[in-house]
Amino acid sequence: MADLSMSSAMTGPRGARPKRALSPRNIMLYGILIVVCLYYLLPLWVMVMTSLKGMPEVRMGNIFAPPVEITFQPWVKAWAEACTGLNCDGLSRGFWNSVIITVPSVILSIAIASVNGYALINWKFKGSDIFFTILIFGSFIPYQIMLYPIVILLREMGLYGSLWGLVLVHSVFGMPILTLLFRNYFSSIPEELFKAARVDGAGFWGIYFRIMLPMSLPIFVVALILQVTGIWNDFLFGVVYTKPAYYPMTVQLNNIVNSVQGVKEYNVNMAATLLTGLVPLVVYFVSGKLFVRGIAAGAVKG
Amino acid sequence: MGNSIEVKDLTLNFGSVSVLKNMNLDVAEGEFVVLLGPSGCGKSTLLNCLAGLLDITDGQIWIKGKNVTWAEPSDRGIGMVFQSYALYPQMTVRGNLSFGLKNARVPQGEIDKRIARAAEILQIQPLLDRKPAALSGGQRQRVAIGRALVRDVDVFLFDEPLSNLDAKLRSELRVEIKRLHNQLGNTMVYVTHDQIEALTLADRIAVMKGGVIQQLAAPLEIYNRPANLFVAGFLGSPSMNFLKGRTVDGGRAFQFGSTKIDLAGYEGGAVLERDDAILGVRPEHITVSTVPLSGPSIPAEVEIDENLGADSLLWLKAEGTNMSVRVPVEGRVPAGTKVHLGLDIPKASLFDAKTEQRI
Repeated sequence: MADLSMSSAMTGPRGARPKRALSPRNIMLYGILIVVCLYYLLPLWVMVMTSLKGMPEVRMGNIFAPPVEITFQPWVKAWAEACTGLNCDGLSRGFWNSVIITVPSVILSIAIASVNGYALINWKFKGSDIFFTILIFGSFIPYQIMLYPIVILLREMGLYGSLWGLVLVHSVFGMPILTLLFRNYFSSIPEELFKAARVDGAGFWGIYFRIMLPMSLPIFVVALILQVTGIWNDFLFGVVYTKPAYYPMTVQLNNIVNSVQGVKEYNVNMAATLLTGLVPLVVYFVSGKLFVRGIAAGAVKG
Repeated sequence: MGNSIEVKDLTLNFGSVSVLKNMNLDVAEGEFVVLLGPSGCGKSTLLNCLAGLLDITDGQIWIKGKNVTWAEPSDRGIGMVFQSYALYPQMTVRGNLSFGLKNARVPQGEIDKRIARAAEILQIQPLLDRKPAALSGGQRQRVAIGRALVRDVDVFLFDEPLSNLDAKLRSELRVEIKRLHNQLGNTMVYVTHDQIEALTLADRIAVMKGGVIQQLAAPLEIYNRPANLFVAGFLGSPSMNFLKGRTVDGGRAFQFGSTKIDLAGYEGGAVLERDDAILGVRPEHITVSTVPLSGPSIPAEVEIDENLGADSLLWLKAEGTNMSVRVPVEGRVPAGTKVHLGLDIPKASLFDAKTEQRI
């Protein structure tokens, strides 16, 4: 009897449940994912392929077909030779302008916003919550309303048309969202750590640099990505607050693509667009993992 | 011995909410005082005020004969241990211990000496180069204590330091803190809601409720002679039995339902005749007998019999009141039995039901 019940217990299902690779669920899931991927990747495919073709091949009109004869001439031309107005040194001028605008703007805005967020959560003062509310409210005001007043402000400050004027504008406009981001992240750091540091004799800056900063790498990466992509992709402020010699890459790209005289060089346009988008793309790829971690960490506590 | 900490008329308001009310507390040098109370009673708030982490509304705080009411936390001569350990995660144990000393610009040689001594006392020498994430809960709390230790301060403040640990570790570290206190002789103020910790560690316990110290006395005094109903009910597990009745015969007896209990031997003030009185008796101060007792006895019926291993708890109903009695294992009585209860009046407490104060 004992043997019989033993053997029947061993003949039933046992171990890991078998999984079928081609179940209806999997076909649906992966099918939809593949279709969506293609939908998003197709424009990129067209751009890359077109940018690698010579003009005669582009005129044939097979936009999805890979190039018969690969040429990098459009890329070279977009970078170094394309004309905007009287300048014929391509996008390179805009690239360096964008770098000069983006680097100080990003550093300045993140430095100020992180200290803001830290002070607002850990060194509460009378009215700090109201101050924070006003700051957040600032992020809901449409840019168009402030466009002209800022022109006047910059003119009075003597910064209109200069690079530093644009840096200032970018730093100020990044402030609300960045401060919110940092404040929420710092609020997720246990208050007792802050108290312990105070008992240990660390002051405002001591706690910021020695306790808070080392614990906040993910949120700094998030802020970095937001600011680099945001400022790099900015068109409106670049065109309004600077003069042609300081136009950022995006404005110059627009001028190249939209120039009306002569033949439309689609391959050069595609190459120029890809070049302009390359910087944010690289930033995303390099720091994508930290980005997700930082967003999630900040989202836990409001 | 002088006073190490003096709190004078301390008041703290958060907006219109009064958290601490006109509080006075003196802690003698080398004394171990436990602030005990339910959550929200203001005990941690008081500790934060002592540490200087909260700005007070009114009053003064003196530590070691110095008025530190407006002093920064680091200038008060205190070390603090937190419930969540609050170790700096990016620093090694050594970094955690030396952080405060470096801020105070203590020379490196002195830092090394103090860390070595603290590590020896707390037996954390092998952990010095690890990060907090690689430590267990008990080890982390040891490091947190070490951080207070290296600062070479007069006063240690503990904010529920054992609450995050499991039961076994908690009792181990409890003993260790007691040993540390005996060894160092520092003044210690310890916040907890755990009455076992309070009773075992304290020289004196301050039982708090609603921002007011209800009673400040030695543990046994608090346990045996609670000043009011709240203190009586808060300490002890299961809590004290409260019998509602009135005092009769000029205060010589207590009328509980149909039973008249002789109050001879009661240690307290003038009982007098009161219409609303409450007789408090701890579960271990009641004897259970299946035969009628010679003295005053209350008829009761056993409802539940709980075996706790070392002893046994009987849950009874007497005159419509639920009561608990602690009996030795051999004195267990099965549920449903009719019994007679004898009260140990000299160890009982009598309260005025209106003022809730001990008589």
